[in-house]
Amino acid sequence: MMMLGLVLTFATVGCKKHPYGPTPIPGLTPKPGGGTLDSQPSVNPQPPIDAGTNVGTTGGIPLGPGHEGWAADPSDPLKAQTIYFDYDKSSIKTSEQGKLEDVASYMKSHGDVALRVEGNCDERGTEEYNRSLGERRALGGREYLVRLGIDASRIDTVTYGEDKPAETGHDEAAWSKNRRDDFVVLLAPKQ
Amino acid sequence: MNKKLSIIAALVISFAGNGLLAQEAIEINRNTTPGLTPPTPIAITGFSGEVEATLRFDLTVMGFTNVPPESANFILSGGNTGESVQGRLSSGGIGAKSVLLSKVYNGSSLRRQAHRLADDVVLKLTGVNGIAETKVAFKVDTGPTSEIFISDFDGHNAQEVTRDRTVVAAPCWVPGRLALYYTSYKLGTPDIFYQNLTTGERRNYAHYPGMNSSAAVSPNGRRVAMIMSKGGSPDVYVCDADGSHLKQLTATREDESSPCWSPDGQWICYATKIEGRRVLCKVSAEGGPAQRIPTSGVSNPSEPDWSPDGKWIVFTAQMGGFEICVVPAQGGSATLLVSGEDPCWAPNSRTVIFARRSGGNRVLSLLDVPTKQVKDVSRVSGSGSSNSQPSWAR
Repeated sequence: MMMLGLVLTFATVGCKKHPYGPTPIPGLTPKPGGGTLDSQPSVNPQPPIDAGTNVGTTGGIPLGPGHEGWAADPSDPLKAQTIYFDYDKSSIKTSEQGKLEDVASYMKSHGDVALRVEGNCDERGTEEYNRSLGERRALGGREYLVRLGIDASRIDTVTYGEDKPAETGHDEAAWSKNRRDDFVVLLAPKQ
Repeated sequence: MNKKLSIIAALVISFAGNGLLAQEAIEINRNTTPGLTPPTPIAITGFSGEVEATLRFDLTVMGFTNVPPESANFILSGGNTGESVQGRLSSGGIGAKSVLLSKVYNGSSLRRQAHRLADDVVLKLTGVNGIAETKVAFKVDTGPTSEIFISDFDGHNAQEVTRDRTVVAAPCWVPGRLALYYTSYKLGTPDIFYQNLTTGERRNYAHYPGMNSSAAVSPNGRRVAMIMSKGGSPDVYVCDADGSHLKQLTATREDESSPCWSPDGQWICYATKIEGRRVLCKVSAEGGPAQRIPTSGVSNPSEPDWSPDGKWIVFTAQMGGFEICVVPAQGGSATLLVSGEDPCWAPNSRTVIFARRSGGNRVLSLLDVPTKQVKDVSRVSGSGSSNSQPSWAR
């Protein structure tokens, strides 16, 4: 063992005197976004692809094609109808059902508008879990409205997970305001 | 300025070196029980400044601990000038010193040279490639908007990938490629985008009604698993990389989230609920019944990530706070490691990057799973920002 150590030491010292050629390391200098970062990246929405292979779902009421190009009603008529959820739940509480009935009657009396249900969570879940939970909350609100007679194709959903809190605090007072569905009225593009 | 890092003078007598390597590798690999493996004592001597700090950091998150030479199993000696790093690794203890490695590094930056030396030490002693020159992607949240960034694994050399001033989430590397999938609300709803980091080419990969998020690329890069809600509930879908052959793999009223692939590409593991309780499940990538992956001892699992060697699944358990846990890939008794969330394995199947909460924000940290040693990654965009959802390039 000692012999081996000596040999190794000797060999190593010798090596410094007679270096091998440099070994280049392939460059790893990604250019995020490349030239398109400074300008607006060209992003073209794709139409749904290969929808024919959908195996169908028992999970709920399928979403319609949506209302791209429609704009939020600036008067935000359903601002006061935001509904709130219990922690980690997506079921509609009895206390919130009256507000959903208000939303349904607004939709019935305004046959030309569409609706976007925006699901949100408090920060007490992991991020992608919350994104899915927020979508379940939005879909739960949508299903309730469909049961009240609103055409499912008029209602879009979006989840913000915990990314758009109504309150930025880190206590139950803030969290209870963040576990919510907001109802945004959408107006058709002007011709 | 950006000189290529080069190595001069790399030599260990090959047959003798291999003999020693095999011995030490066996010693270190014998016991890597998560959370219960003592770190390997190494003495890091003769270096200064950023080089010394980098070596200590890198070796800590790959299972070593810096100790005085008299109590070290190995000695990493050497030094650094303004332009080069010289390193020599020998076995510690009293008596004969076997030199295992002796190299001089120059070019690129001193930091890069130190990373290369750390990786050389790890490869020599464990037989596994180091991770000190790998990249991570993550989300930087500065309030109303967030952006995707990439950086070195330790947070240095961060670069902005998006600049859309919208909400983004869940970046995922394409294996072996400088390319990412991520979620962006650029068009108003959560869509999955693909972006080539070399050319900047970007395309909208999944833009179905409702939610499209949590892209996970298969180990061969040819398929993408994701969560979509177009069927009326969040479910796991899989699709070819060109957008064709979309297939729905789950059909529940629960909120499936965070799919990940087994390294053989056969299984997709994800988080869901069964009878109101949060669980981890797996489903064949070709479709079929879901199978539960038991995580006994902890509750509310989410955010699974399957280790590249196939043996472990790391995940977040929510039990009051958030805890990083591992479980054998077939399921079983879970081991609670440290507080944190959203873990992602390094290519070495032992280091994990994760997010932990600090003063209302999230910071990224590195965890060496066998030894439970933790080091914080340097934060991007200042103390008011959150850095989260890390994805390791592997």
